[in-house]
Amino acid sequence: MNWLPAAIVMVVCIIIAVARIFIGPGAPTRLVAFDTVNTLVVAIMILLAIMFDQVLFVDVAIVYALLSFIMALYVARFIEGKKF
Amino acid sequence: MGAINTVTYIFIIIGLFFNVVGVVGLHRFPDMYTRLHAATKCTTFGSIFIIMAVILQSASIWAMEGAFSSQSVLSIHAVIALVALLITNATSAHAIARAAHRSGEKPVRAVVDDLEGKDLND
Repeated sequence: MNWLPAAIVMVVCIIIAVARIFIGPGAPTRLVAFDTVNTLVVAIMILLAIMFDQVLFVDVAIVYALLSFIMALYVARFIEGKKF
Repeated sequence: MGAINTVTYIFIIIGLFFNVVGVVGLHRFPDMYTRLHAATKCTTFGSIFIIMAVILQSASIWAMEGAFSSQSVLSIHAVIALVALLITNATSAHAIARAAHRSGEKPVRAVVDDLEGKDLND
């Protein structure tokens, strides 16, 4: 299997989404772009895990997914303007 | 093995297509809600297919090498990561849209906002 082209396309997708984080007007748009980047990072970590044959990358991907979910919830609550 | 490789390539192509469509939609749509609509659904679907390609490939190597293959851990953990991604993506997208609406973010070119002035607390 040749996983490298898929990984390169995913990296290009991540770079384009990061551009939206920088130019996007307002906090909610930036949060949406950040959520997209997090999803793509989880996918590419699992792709690189089978590419380099490292099981540890998948565990890192699981923890990254859960932590980014908590980050999105907290930043959403911050945008909402409520107390925690 | 050839058939499994073909199916894996098809899964990767579907996943990459939907990821690219989601990221392009992040740039092409006018406001935050439509960007959320494009980005979240497309990237979730694409990432599901990419992870399913990895699961299929590692499970086939596992079945080929026997019970004590190192690919067994990778396959099972990839399934766990897929479930975590499925649960967290939908929930965080819902939370982002809810927070943006409550903070007063308006859709572009919206004519009627049915929830204007309503008390949405529980």
